Amino acid sequence: MLEIKNLNVTVEEKQILKNLNLNIGKGEVHAIMGPNGSGKSTIAHTLAGKPNYNVESGVVNLNGEDLLSKDPYERSLNGLFLAFQYPIELPGVTNASYLKQIVNAHRKSRKETPIDAGEFLKILKEKSKLLDIPMDMHSRFVNAGFSGGEKKKNEVLQMDLLNPSLVIMDETDSGLDVDALKTTADAINKLRNDERSFIIITHYLRLLEYIEPDYVHVFQNGSVIETGDKTLASRIDQEGYS
Amino acid sequence: MNKVSKDNFTQEKYKYGFVTDIESEKIPKGLNEDVIKLISKKKNEPEWMLEWRLSAFKRLENMSVPKWAKAEIDEIDFQDLYYYSSPKDFKEKPKSLEEVDPKLLETYEKLGIPLKEQKVLAGVAVDAVFDSVSVATTFKEKLNEIGVIFCPISEAIQKHPELVKKYIGSVIPVTDHFYATLNSAVFSDGSFVYIPKGVKCPMELSTYFRINASETGQFERTLIIADEGSYVSYLEGCTAPMRDENQLHAANVELVALDDAEIKYSTVQNWYPGDENGKGGIYNFVTKRGLCKGKNSKISWTQIETGSAITWKYPSCILRGDNSTGEFYSVAITNNYQQADTGTKMIHLGKNTKSRIISKGISAGKSSNTYRGLVSFHKKAKNAKNFTQCDSLLVGSECKANTIPLTENSSNSSSIEHEATTSKISDEQLFYCMQRGLDAEEAQSLIVNGFCKEVLQKLPMEFAVEAQKLVSISLEGSVG
Repeated sequence: MLEIKNLNVTVEEKQILKNLNLNIGKGEVHAIMGPNGSGKSTIAHTLAGKPNYNVESGVVNLNGEDLLSKDPYERSLNGLFLAFQYPIELPGVTNASYLKQIVNAHRKSRKETPIDAGEFLKILKEKSKLLDIPMDMHSRFVNAGFSGGEKKKNEVLQMDLLNPSLVIMDETDSGLDVDALKTTADAINKLRNDERSFIIITHYLRLLEYIEPDYVHVFQNGSVIETGDKTLASRIDQEGYS
Repeated sequence: MNKVSKDNFTQEKYKYGFVTDIESEKIPKGLNEDVIKLISKKKNEPEWMLEWRLSAFKRLENMSVPKWAKAEIDEIDFQDLYYYSSPKDFKEKPKSLEEVDPKLLETYEKLGIPLKEQKVLAGVAVDAVFDSVSVATTFKEKLNEIGVIFCPISEAIQKHPELVKKYIGSVIPVTDHFYATLNSAVFSDGSFVYIPKGVKCPMELSTYFRINASETGQFERTLIIADEGSYVSYLEGCTAPMRDENQLHAANVELVALDDAEIKYSTVQNWYPGDENGKGGIYNFVTKRGLCKGKNSKISWTQIETGSAITWKYPSCILRGDNSTGEFYSVAITNNYQQADTGTKMIHLGKNTKSRIISKGISAGKSSNTYRGLVSFHKKAKNAKNFTQCDSLLVGSECKANTIPLTENSSNSSSIEHEATTSKISDEQLFYCMQRGLDAEEAQSLIVNGFCKEVLQKLPMEFAVEAQKLVSISLEGSVG
């Protein structure tokens, strides 16, 4: 469902991704592991269409469609979801109204009518419960003053609400204590299905102890140097990247 | 940003820029005693009103246009303006809606202000002012039953001279400054409100100002009096056709709150702001002042300023009564070449007086947006308190924002708190929202509405949603 062919990306004139190739099938979970500065997050940002991530050459197809020519919001509407490493604060915007607005943006692109307030509240309650999110968090401003755990859970909640076909998780485990990590990982496991693919970007093994990947890629200097199954992750954990 | 550029968006045209095709009757151009006498005669005014106007005009001859605003203003030829324009054959205000010219009704319908009572927003009474005359006032009789007077000021001058005489010019003296004095000399119509003792006005009162005729200035005058223990919430809205010329709007608004009375005055200003090259648009030079005359009285100004080429206004409160409160909540948005120099004055005269100022300035395009404020504590203003918060949000890199807060303190037991911030909509915020499926304009509008939320919440509920939309529309075409 996702094909990355010979992708070269520069950021501020520095080449970060070098001839990257990656194929991800429907329902597969791929972990990308690598040391700091290896370009892991650049994959996430490039796929999501972040400004200043310049694609010099290469092709990316998502569900058979050219991804790179699309605006960031179109990529979202086409089923790509990026869980941010550092979720952004939106002061003055309450979480509930924000969540409702993004849900409606997706409904609109499917030519559906905006969601009814009562129905939305029902869904929000149900999905918040899965992540152990208290409802009063939704009357606060988006991510403003949220703890690390709250921010990451809020990302997973948005993913659940938008029902994407490709989820990219950028260092979702960073800033989480053990309990929050467990809750978040449990929720992600419940959201795994045959239709949804995941790219899990992480520095450490610990998230992969909860979310079992189908493939593990080791990333260094802008390209994949080794691919294996979940045992590769354990080996990296013991032996390090070099 | 990649893929997101100005070209992807066509700026939504100013929705209210149409002209009503209705024959108008103007009095000759120019500013002189004869013109003033003619206006007074058209309005059937008593002698004392004409004399008051003429005394203002005498003063005006020795006054000059103030120059200190942070705005570039083309010189205005005051002799080359029409000071009075009304729909033709409009001798007397129609007694009922059936007698109102259908074209006028249609105009207000198009503006989203239906005047037929069965259609209007429940709980909102409207006075519709078209150029220099009030064409209809809804719910007048119903309000009359509880003693609330809500009518055009021209009618109040005839029917309630004792009230008008007592209060007109009591907050903004005829000698105040050039534009206020000009208004006193030539004002045409506006609204008059009197809320009797102990009455909480059960409806929102609102006036809708529409400029239609070309080369015509609108000089409306509004006077609101809240008697002891009463309450009123009042809202004004304004629009004008799109024209290449600049049109002058110089209004005076006076509010008087007696003991324990409260006036909440909201403005949604949507005058034509000029085109994207800065051509045309309204010059909005308005004097708004409220007097908290009685003890425990309260006056609260809320303004959403999106329109006019140049906005120059400082809704102010004179806190004379002990324990009185003044509030100012403002969102001022400028885009393209618009200029806004706006803020407030809080003059603390009485003991334990309190004031609160929340100003949100948003500048986009090549516009300039200035907050100018004065907080003044007089000697007798023991234990007076002020809180001021001025936040500026910049959209793009070619706009300007200034904050000029002045304080004068002659009281040694008073306190002033001031906070100010300037921020930009960050690319990170926009990208975050877009990653979730919002396009660039939706993302920007979400962030900007969050920024203004504190002020938008102060608007009467019926108008808050409208205001939110207006905020978004005003910034269209500015993402780039």
